[in-house]
Amino acid sequence: MNILEVDQLNIKDTHTGKVIVDNVSFELRQGRCLAIVGESGSGKSLTCRAIMRLNPSSLHQTGRILFRETDLNALSAREMRNMRGRPIGMIMQNGMSAFDPSCVVGVHFRETLGEHYGWSRSVIDAMMQEAMQSVMLNQPAQLMNRYPHELSGGMLQRMMIALTLVLKPDIIIADEPTTALDTLSQQEVMAQFIHLRRTLGSSMIFISHDLGAVRHIADDVLIMKSGQIIERGETGQLFTAPRHDYTRQLLSARLTLSDHFRQLINEE
Amino acid sequence: MGMYMIRRIVFAIPLLWAISLLTFVLINLSPMDPAVVVLQAQGVPVITDELIARTQQQLGLDQPFLVRYIHWMADCLQLNFGNSYITGQSVWLLLGPALVNTLRLTLVSAVSIIIVSVVLGVICALQAGRLLDRSMRMLAFILTAVPSYGLAALLIWYFSVRLDWLPTSGMESYRSYILPVLIITISYAGLYFRNVRSSMLSNLNKDYVLYGRASGLPERTITLHILRNSLQVAVSIFCMAIPIILGSTVVVENVFAWPGLGSLSVRAILSRDFPVIQAYVLILAVSFVIFNAISDMINAAINPKLRNGL
Repeated sequence: MNILEVDQLNIKDTHTGKVIVDNVSFELRQGRCLAIVGESGSGKSLTCRAIMRLNPSSLHQTGRILFRETDLNALSAREMRNMRGRPIGMIMQNGMSAFDPSCVVGVHFRETLGEHYGWSRSVIDAMMQEAMQSVMLNQPAQLMNRYPHELSGGMLQRMMIALTLVLKPDIIIADEPTTALDTLSQQEVMAQFIHLRRTLGSSMIFISHDLGAVRHIADDVLIMKSGQIIERGETGQLFTAPRHDYTRQLLSARLTLSDHFRQLINEE
Repeated sequence: MGMYMIRRIVFAIPLLWAISLLTFVLINLSPMDPAVVVLQAQGVPVITDELIARTQQQLGLDQPFLVRYIHWMADCLQLNFGNSYITGQSVWLLLGPALVNTLRLTLVSAVSIIIVSVVLGVICALQAGRLLDRSMRMLAFILTAVPSYGLAALLIWYFSVRLDWLPTSGMESYRSYILPVLIITISYAGLYFRNVRSSMLSNLNKDYVLYGRASGLPERTITLHILRNSLQVAVSIFCMAIPIILGSTVVVENVFAWPGLGSLSVRAILSRDFPVIQAYVLILAVSFVIFNAISDMINAAINPKLRNGL
């Protein structure tokens, strides 16, 4: 069963008249993880923000975005706001800039959960602390009273995952969640993403250009280039038998890099 | 935060000392001999060298520069700014009431400027590029460009003479504040609301705004977060605006016959009443330092990153 169907999504820049995403159609099946892979500027982030209708108003989007029979593109602003956070959650690329720099991180959790569930502060704090512990954040009570600049990118990323764990959205959109992190934090965060999927059983859209991470977490993969989908398929199949030249190029670029790396190690 | 405030105040002390020295040196560089000023003010018909020497002795002007500076500073710390050369009155008795009058006008104007700038800035930022934003900026541009004495004359003619709603001058009741405050507000808010607007706009596309929206927060909560982050620039500007207005109410005070510092200082400068000028410059400079420190403290309260900066 499809939980989300994107049908002929078109995104146009009204200032320049340029088409940035060109009639993209895909579907996300219940409980699966769909990875969208592509280089910077391929339109993958815009596509995902279009699903949540978070692109700036200068970008005009047309097409249908069906979430359980509801066309998100046809909703009013207020109805759309109710969709964000709980039914469709998002995890941002850069934890360091995702929180208001002038407030302690706990403020965002309290506002978000207060808005969606109407819980009291003590309930929210208890729920968040439990979730933070489950993503390996120690001393969660103290962490909630820290400002974003006092924490590392990996910790903030895991805090967003913890918030998602409490919100329990039906669809999680993760927009290049590991790109801004160092290798060690990447591994920690990926482990938490897998934990998140296992715990919630939610469907997920995982945007990345890290093919290693995609192979780990995704069931299906879409390859985007210049605003179009050029290849799609199940992860295993796409990685072993890519059909499109560009996909092959992406995969071989990764292989060449790791071969080069192996060579360097062996020479030591 | 408490430590920050203490450090910030301690850091202001050397600055205050430097200001006092500079004020004293500059006044002493004046080519006019204060003794001559005093004698002229007393209406002495023939000013002889002997008379000048005696007056210098009376005023303590024959002592070395450093001794005079130390005496003056010790007196200033006790709010004793000496006596006016012209009237012989204590400078503090002369300046004190005028300062209070000007401070009243300044503070009421500052509050009005802050409210108008923030409200207009937020509205224009949220409507950026639309008709309302553009016409508001155009109107502000025109009003700011009109010199305040011209605007004052126009408003007095309309509201005080033609409609007879408001007093033309003096400070009798709250109604006396309306026109001067309006004029000061127009000339400053027209500039400051642009700062609020542009710093709001630069925050609108930040990641935390996107994440707030993606988390389903209502627009008013998000706007408050944007405002909180935008106000840092504005707080510095507003705090510095207070001493600036304090020092530039001359025009408005003269037009409305407001018994404040502005009118007093102009008179003192014209008659070379050195002790009054000295005290006036010192008070203004000190108020710059004080309001600068206040703005730093408010900013540190808004922006936690700044607290460790000192």
